Formats: sequence, C-alpha cells, structure tokens
Amino acid sequence: MKVLIAKPGLDGHDRGAKVVAQALRDAGIEVVYSGLKRTPDEIVQEAVQEDVDAIGLSILSGAHLLLSRKVLDGLRAHGAEDIKVIVGGIVPPRDVNPLRELGVHRVFPMGTPLADIVTAFKTIDGEDRR
Amino acid sequence: MRDARLHGGTPIKPVYGPEDLAGRDADQDIGRPGEYPYTRGIHKAMYRDRLWTMRQYIGFGTPAETNARFKYLMAHGQDALNVAFDLPTQLGLDSDDPRAEGEVGRVGMAIDTLADMEEAFAGIPLDKVSVSLTINGMAAPITAMYYAVAGQQGVAPDRVVTTPQNDILKEFVARGTWIYPVDPSLRLVADLIEFSAKHYPRSNPVSVCGYHIREAGCTTAQEMAYGLAIARAYIELMLARGMAVDEFAPRISFNFTCWGKIFEEVGKFRAGRRLYARMLREHFGATNPKSWTFRTLIGGGGSAFTVQEPENNIVRGAYIALAAALSGAQTMALPTYDEAYTIPSAKAQLIALRTMQICAEESGAADTADPLGGSYYVEALTNEMERLIGEELAHVERMGGIVEAVKTGALQAEVARQAYLFEHKLNSGEIPKVGVNCHVGDGAAEADHAVELYTFDQKVADAQVAKLAKIRRERDDRAARSALRRLSDEARGTSNLMPAIVEAVRAYATLGEINRALKDVFGEHKEPVKF
Repeated sequence: MKVLIAKPGLDGHDRGAKVVAQALRDAGIEVVYSGLKRTPDEIVQEAVQEDVDAIGLSILSGAHLLLSRKVLDGLRAHGAEDIKVIVGGIVPPRDVNPLRELGVHRVFPMGTPLADIVTAFKTIDGEDRR
Repeated sequence: MRDARLHGGTPIKPVYGPEDLAGRDADQDIGRPGEYPYTRGIHKAMYRDRLWTMRQYIGFGTPAETNARFKYLMAHGQDALNVAFDLPTQLGLDSDDPRAEGEVGRVGMAIDTLADMEEAFAGIPLDKVSVSLTINGMAAPITAMYYAVAGQQGVAPDRVVTTPQNDILKEFVARGTWIYPVDPSLRLVADLIEFSAKHYPRSNPVSVCGYHIREAGCTTAQEMAYGLAIARAYIELMLARGMAVDEFAPRISFNFTCWGKIFEEVGKFRAGRRLYARMLREHFGATNPKSWTFRTLIGGGGSAFTVQEPENNIVRGAYIALAAALSGAQTMALPTYDEAYTIPSAKAQLIALRTMQICAEESGAADTADPLGGSYYVEALTNEMERLIGEELAHVERMGGIVEAVKTGALQAEVARQAYLFEHKLNSGEIPKVGVNCHVGDGAAEADHAVELYTFDQKVADAQVAKLAKIRRERDDRAARSALRRLSDEARGTSNLMPAIVEAVRAYATLGEINRALKDVFGEHKEPVKF
C-alpha cells in the first residue's frame, strides 16, 4: 500500500496533511508527501511515477471542487483512474456529494477522527491492505 | 485525583502557594505595569488609559466588496482594520495567471495593481485608521501600494500607521506563502523595515508571528520561543545593515494566538514580555524603553474551534477574549464561529466584534492593569513558561539558529511532530474538547443550518481580470517596463529595493510583474520536505 499525500493549489496550510501522513506511516503504509503548492498536473504525474494506490488531497482554501476535478481528469487522461482520490480539509457539508459525484472516493471534512481516515486508506479496495 | 497538564505536558499542581515563588525577586521579575521588564504589561494603567484595538481579519472578493465590509464593521465600532488578501495576491500571481484559477477573491481580497488598493481604501481616512496588512512574501510591493494610497489621500508619511506582517520566516514554517529562497526573502523583509523606519516612522514594518506556528501545531512555549527567535533574527539582520537597535526596535510588533488554558496563555505572554525586554536591553543594548516593549496583537486561534456544534465556538471565543485581555493585548482579533466551514459571514464577524466589546465594556477585565498579577498560580506559571521558553530557545540554537533550522526544515519537522502528538492527545481525550471527545452530542445534523455558507462567485474573478486588462491597456507601459527593469537590475545588487518597488507600483506595474522581476533574479524557494 502506497499513498501520495498532496497539497494542490495555492493553500499553504499543511498541518492536516502532515498529521495524516504521519498517521498513515505509523499504520504501516508507505507515504509520499508532495510538499506545498503543487499543480494538479504535477500531483497526477507524481502519483503515476510513484505508482501509488491512492492520493490524499488536502485543501483548506475552498477551491476543493475545481482542484479535485482537475486531479481526477488528469488521472483519467493518464489511464490511472484506478488510483483512488480521498479529499480532506475545509469542506462544507453541501460540497461532500458533489465531490463524490466527481469521482472522489471519500471526503473527510475538518474534524474527522484520524482513525477513520487511516481506516479509509487501509480498506481502500474494500479489504484490509495494510 | 484528575491529572492536569500544560499544553507541553508539564503537570499542574492542585494548589499553589508562596512556596512556589521562593527564590524569585518580586521587584526584579514582576515589577509594575509599564516598567521594565514589563511582566505585568507595557503600560502603567493599561486599558484604563486606552482599550485594546479591535481588529477583525477581513477581506474577500473584489476590493470594492471588501471596502464595503470594512465600512460595515467600522460603523459597528471596529476601530482598525486587518486586511486579508487572496492567495494569488499573497503569492504574487496576477488574477489572470492560470495558477490563480478558482482562488481569485476567495480567502481574501484580490489585489493586482495600485488601482485595486485605491478602491479598497476609498473613503477610509488613512491618517485616522490604522491598518494591518496580512502579507508576507509580497509585503514590500503591497506596503508600497498602501503608502502610495495614503500619499494620494494627502496623508503625511509620519501620520501613516500600518502594520504589514512582513514575517517571512514563519511563512516557511507555517502558512506557506513563501516565494523566494530564504536569503533573498530576508533581504526584502529588511528592505521594508529599513525604508519604513526612515520614511514612515509610525508604521510597524514587521509583525513577528508565533501565531501561525502554534496554529500549525507547536506548543505554547514553542510558539513564544520561535517568535522571540524570529524577532532576534530580524534584529540581527538590521544591525548587520548598520542600523542602531533603537532606530527600528520601537516599531517591531508581534502577533500571537491565544486559546486553550487561560492561565497558561497569561503566563506565556507575561514570560514573553519579560524575556523580550531583557533580550533587547541586556543582549542588544537598546536604551529607548520603547525598544524593550513587546507590543502584540493577540488573536484567538481558529484551531481552538470545532466543526462539531459550531455555535459553541462563540462561547470559546468569549474565553479567548478574556484570556487575551488578562494577557495584556494591545490589539485583539477573534476567529469567527463558522471558520471550520466557510469564509466568515457578516453576522459571524459581528458576533466576534461584539464578543470583544462585551469583554471590554461589561466583564471588568479592562478595569485594572494585570488583574492576575500576584496570583501564586499565575506567577509560578509565568516562571515555568519562562523556563520552558528558554529550553525551546536553546533547542533552536542546537538546530543552528532559527534561520538555519528553517532552511534545513528541522523546525518544520518539529512543528509537524508536535501537531501529530496533539492529535493523539485529542484522540485519547488527554486534551478534552467538548463535542469532540467528551460530551459528544448529535451536533452534525444541526450544523448545516447553524452556518451561513459563503458562495464563491466566479463573476468576482471575471471582474477582477477585466479590470486588470483595462489597467494594462491604459497605463504608461513604457514607464511600467522601465521600472520593472530597474527592479531586476537592483535585485542583482545589494541596495534597498523599496525605491524601485515604489516606482514600479506607482507606474501601475502588476504584482505578478513585480514578482517575476524579482523571481528572475532570486529564483524560487525549494521546500525541504522532511518529517
């Protein structure tokens, strides 16, 4: 199991991304962290190159719909739609379903217990893949 | 007995008494308000003479929309402004830059050229209102625009009171609006400090922030230690330019957060004032008492607030306001209860302002200076915080000093580690949070209608882009280009870049153009990713 935790767009708040990255690593998952301010294209390329099973996108600026759509489109363009996308950050309740409809696998708004996030990554294909 | 600890883990005793202050000299360590070492506050009568300034953080959409919100809050008794810029502005991208898509006017107002700044402050008398500009990587050009607008209004330079944040070191650790590598970034910080000290003597050209580093996860003591270490780095930078400490230190200001345990926060600020005063007087040899004073904005931290049962954040905000008042804040700002959901609504901002006003007018917290002074607990806590902050300062030194620790990423790694530890304490319940890990209700259902969600309107970006195109068309393009060439040329040398930036801004060069002129010379920061 390998995961890319990524910060798309211009938002520079990386506390959540780094906390989730550490939790996943402690759960035995291999984690790559993109660093700040990556474009959706750069994230897709890194995900493909690193051959990850999932991408965790952390977005706190409010631009989650646009950025998630671009990452998902990019994955499709690379024939990498098997890479699951999970989104976390400041996501108001009304945006959760639109994100799911775009093809986002799971959405974790602010305040989600860390254990739930770790479980979602570990069971990303419906089975425990620790 | 129930266990109780400070944020960093130090156990708290069930009761404190005179034995906890043994060996300390009350005159030397505590003193009186308004006197060295300012443990009890920087003014003799504190809020009896002058209440703290109320300065909510505001900005969204176009400059015109933000201008209207400024006026709305000022009509309700807010006496100063604290401007939020959108991310493209903070990163030096024009509103029509492809990387700005979806971000124009979202988390703050969009500024592309001087024309936007003129609109943002139209009808706001800049000789009467003090304005904080939350801008760092682009602090030099944005402040140059602000000075230009003040000049257009006919305000004399020595009447302009503005506080650009201009604290790039903390951006590398938290918040992330860095652009250039560390050294040229520091040069720009120092250029703005030097230029302002010479020409705008009442401006506060740097606001050193522990705030964002704490919000990124560090402990209370670390927040103060890192803030003090950053201030020290800037002071050394200015001394290296040949300025005398008393030429600029009186205008250094601070920005710290405040949430969690009230008395720990009070202890943090009392210890911070004492340590800063001693550093300035004893280490740097400052002789002007104004150089010794730790003047600070205390703004509640959004990380104290919960997504669960959001209305409870209003209550948390009231405790934060009280703690900030008891800590001796010069300026106060509170997060809004809807922060975990959205850009604040006008209603949420008014509640935050009213919270500070209730604290000021009704609670009695403003009736006497340092009302907690002399409390066995608070004095012991102040000493303990001083010790803990000292340990963290020593740790920074072991990392090679704050600038080196930022360059290697060691400081960022430590903050991320602390954020993770905090999360564990939250999960285990060691740090209690009502509605999150204790007294958990079924708040999720109500949350939806408790919060008025801000709707981002693409028309804002379209209008901003159209305006930018118009300015590019109508400006004297030759003047703009020649100013930008001068800026690049001077960036290759060592002179102060502010005069060239002022020229570019006045020629209506865009923020994106100014940024590119500098980036061509300085290059871009490469983030050390390690944790």
